[in-house]
Amino acid sequence: MTDVSPGLILLLGALLVPLLRGRARSIYMLALPVLAFVHLAALPYGSFGAFEFLDMNLVTLRVDRLSSIFGYIFLIAALVSVIYSLHVRDVVQQTASLIYAGSAVGAVFAGDLVTLFVFWEGTAIASVVLIWARGTEASYRAGMRYLIIQVLSGLLLFFGVLLNYRVAGSISFDALNLETQAGLLIFLAFGIKCAFPLLHNWLEDAYPEATVTGTVWLSAFTTKLAVYSLARGYAGTEILVPIGAAMTAFPIFYAVIENDLRRVLAYSLNNQLGFMVVGIGIGTELSLNGTAAHAFCHILYKALLFMSMGAVLYRVGTVKGSELGGLYKSMPWTTVFCIIGAASISAFPLFSGFISKSLILSAAMKEGYFWTWIVLLFASAGVFHHSGIKIPYFAFFAHDSGKRCEEAPLNMLVAMAIAAAFCIGLGIMPGLLYSHLPFPVDYHPYSVEHVVTQLQLLMFSALAFTVLMRTGLYPPELKSVNLDFDWTYRRLGKSVLQSLMSFGQQIDSRGTATLTRTVKAFLSRLYRHHGPQGVLARSWPTGSMAFWTTLLLGACLIVYYF
Amino acid sequence: MISEHLPALQVVIPLLGAVLCACFKRGVAAWFVACVASVAVLIVSVGLLAQVYDGGTISYALGGWRPPFGIEYRIDIFNAYVLVLVSVIGAVIMPYAKRSVEQEIPADRQAWFYSIYLLCLCGLLGIAITGDAFNAFVFMEISSLATYALIAMGRDRRALLAAYQYLIMGTIGATFYVIGVGLLYSMTGTLNLVDMANRLAGIEESRAVLAALAFLTVGISLKLALFPLHVWLPNAYAYAPSMATAFLSATATKVAVYLLLRYFFTVFGVSVVYADLPISWIFLVLSLAAMFGASVVAVFQNNIKRMLAYSSVGQIGYITLGIGIANETGLTGGIVHLFNHAVTKATLFMAVGAIFFRIGSVRIEDLGGVGKQMPWTAGAFVIAGFSLLGIPGTVGFITKWYLGLGAAEDGWWWLVILIVLSSMLSVVYIGRFVEVMWFRDVVPAARRAKEPPLSMLLPTLLLTGATIFFGFDTRLTEGVAELAAQWLLSGAR
Repeated sequence: MTDVSPGLILLLGALLVPLLRGRARSIYMLALPVLAFVHLAALPYGSFGAFEFLDMNLVTLRVDRLSSIFGYIFLIAALVSVIYSLHVRDVVQQTASLIYAGSAVGAVFAGDLVTLFVFWEGTAIASVVLIWARGTEASYRAGMRYLIIQVLSGLLLFFGVLLNYRVAGSISFDALNLETQAGLLIFLAFGIKCAFPLLHNWLEDAYPEATVTGTVWLSAFTTKLAVYSLARGYAGTEILVPIGAAMTAFPIFYAVIENDLRRVLAYSLNNQLGFMVVGIGIGTELSLNGTAAHAFCHILYKALLFMSMGAVLYRVGTVKGSELGGLYKSMPWTTVFCIIGAASISAFPLFSGFISKSLILSAAMKEGYFWTWIVLLFASAGVFHHSGIKIPYFAFFAHDSGKRCEEAPLNMLVAMAIAAAFCIGLGIMPGLLYSHLPFPVDYHPYSVEHVVTQLQLLMFSALAFTVLMRTGLYPPELKSVNLDFDWTYRRLGKSVLQSLMSFGQQIDSRGTATLTRTVKAFLSRLYRHHGPQGVLARSWPTGSMAFWTTLLLGACLIVYYF
Repeated sequence: MISEHLPALQVVIPLLGAVLCACFKRGVAAWFVACVASVAVLIVSVGLLAQVYDGGTISYALGGWRPPFGIEYRIDIFNAYVLVLVSVIGAVIMPYAKRSVEQEIPADRQAWFYSIYLLCLCGLLGIAITGDAFNAFVFMEISSLATYALIAMGRDRRALLAAYQYLIMGTIGATFYVIGVGLLYSMTGTLNLVDMANRLAGIEESRAVLAALAFLTVGISLKLALFPLHVWLPNAYAYAPSMATAFLSATATKVAVYLLLRYFFTVFGVSVVYADLPISWIFLVLSLAAMFGASVVAVFQNNIKRMLAYSSVGQIGYITLGIGIANETGLTGGIVHLFNHAVTKATLFMAVGAIFFRIGSVRIEDLGGVGKQMPWTAGAFVIAGFSLLGIPGTVGFITKWYLGLGAAEDGWWWLVILIVLSSMLSVVYIGRFVEVMWFRDVVPAARRAKEPPLSMLLPTLLLTGATIFFGFDTRLTEGVAELAAQWLLSGAR
């Protein structure tokens, strides 16, 4: 049994899902992640599951401290997501989501690049089902864009692996570097999946278009698989620090102006990934521990937030901030869970985000990345604004929208309760998580300095928020953001920021417009030639077929003669 | 010993079967004969492959006339592989054919249909097995004429025009071929391919030989639907009966590729074709044009059979790309794709045929929600679609891996990128139909549809299984293809 990857248990197990019905199917789906978890817990460290494929020796199962922490959290996330989606009756979605989770777990335990590539593609293809399953025109288009980008990432990986195999003769998945072309390509493949700045749009585009349960699944695996891969291959790569810092900062601007609350969460997901990427870039034991710990906690609280918004979408039919409000009366439990998730992502002391984010922040400070540290601090304040306050406030409080609905279904509540329990449990007892991190941990998050800094940051934001609410200044949301910024960067004036933001938006919208125009022109030209009536797709008259034949013959003759 | 006469049996069985079928009035009896013949042919071809694998090239003098005077059947590792490929598809498709043909072909013509099908099978096998240039022409005509008739039996009236156009184009191709053979005959005085190769030594550079090569290249390229000589193919595949489309898409173009390789490598020789002439570049450019041009057309097609037909043109591009790369790894990729594409495309067309069987339409607007009504069939479509994309775990990946490695060996990194990019197009054209089948609401046309009868479903699933199985265990396919590539590149002696 040691040769079987826990991912395969989910993946092959998923294939039997369509054969079962009703309650048996639910129990079976719950059992799969549990079974895989038990199997993983029993596995010793080492490399197993070797087999030969196309003259290459593949290692399908490599268990070490780094891969197992990601394996554990993926399986926990899978279990929580299964519970959350127990009410779903769509067998296609059920099967695909398990295949998706199984592929992600399989990829984490891949000991070589070819195995990684196989599962990498698996996650891409299985996950698109969760978007398409929504069945709307918008989800079809978003899903297609998502699929193309994901497959592109896979193909870049394929190309990189092939190059590596040709040049270095190796397919081992260990430390890679950016000096070789192969390393660069693989880096790019990881980067797309990790939603690096400018490669990130698929995330915000597609996740909010997925089904209620689909987004919960999606939020856990794809990007964190990329984080794991980067940590495995590119730990200590300097360029990742600025990339990660940019990732933490820029989605905030978009998150504050976004109305679709699931899209706000997608932006904040992107922002959280930035912290992990910074941790990988710093590359010390402390920072890598921070990345792994943050990934662990992040998967849970992000899933919790997506689950609460999913519950709202499920009951109310919309997650537009402007259409919601006052739902705490109808959905008290969901409200509580959402607030727990919000507190975790904002890194309140005693919640999980605090104990993991501090590791990365401390590592940045310790290694002398002062400006990075500042950016991360600023990003933390931003997170608190849009995820910590905006999400629960607009959905559950704010002005009463008059919407009344039922509390979320029991299975959703149970799933949220489990995730919430993790969020609080890990926050109170960080030792539980720290003992499983890749490197030995000698770190105490609850030092006076950490707690005070963090509380200062949070309390100030909260105070500002309250003041603005009282004075009726809040609804133009931009102002409160500026206040957050103000607090973080005292030197920068409000106006500078505002003009910067509007400039940024202008550039963005102008750039997008030009790009859209170019793409549209290209597509219409393509359609003219290749569309059903295009010259290449028409049924040609026989004469012109014969003409082409003759032409080719003539060409051949000329070429052969000379 | 019967095993000595296997080469003759390989073509005689389907030929006799065809005659026998024509004697029947009832479709069922003819189907039964065709079934028996197809299975027998498969057994014979596997036997031949086993013999060649163990004992090397077989030379069989037809009617006891010694080569080079008589017609020689010459079986080496390469054409044994092609024979197995054709006969496997022929055998697997027979159970499927029964219900599909009953629905699509008028009762009084079903016996004729099977008769013609066996003739086509006989022709294709004959081209692959013979070692005689003119005999290959005869078999080419047999298979082509049978194909025209098969296509014309489609229910759609456009099938007639498609068949007519293919008739014209096929005849031009065959004429070019025979002109090429004639020129070679006038220069060497022999029609036996081995003999011809020997006698060509020293006169490769003469104008007549080069002209012969040009005629042969273009003539056969027309048969294998090399871009831009592919224009007969989309309509022919789109409007032919489902069973005929599945069979032809998997076999007809592959046999033409075989014939081209045979002339390039064993008659003219690597040194002439590749060293002195820019064949590599011609094939690279045209293959890339096919991979991109035809795939983009496929993206915009609303008729699923026509979409798959254009995708075939694109996929043939991968095979000819292997010919263009022409090192051992690249050629292995091209040759293994003969099999891989045959299995994949047959699965796709069979799944589509099964959907047509239930719904009576192959247009995208009638396919909404088919996946919910016919999950197994539509599932087979998805898995075979993965193979077109080159997803690991399917046969398509094997091809892409070898083509990529082959291009890399020559240092053509830009080509690897293009191979990679071209599969993005298949993501779109397959994804489009998958989304409609699985995630849209069930349209009225599909509401009463259910899984096709088992006789149609099982062969489809069997081939689906093959696309996965041979994606993992490549010893048989890739192993033989690599042997064939080595053998071809080493001068095929």
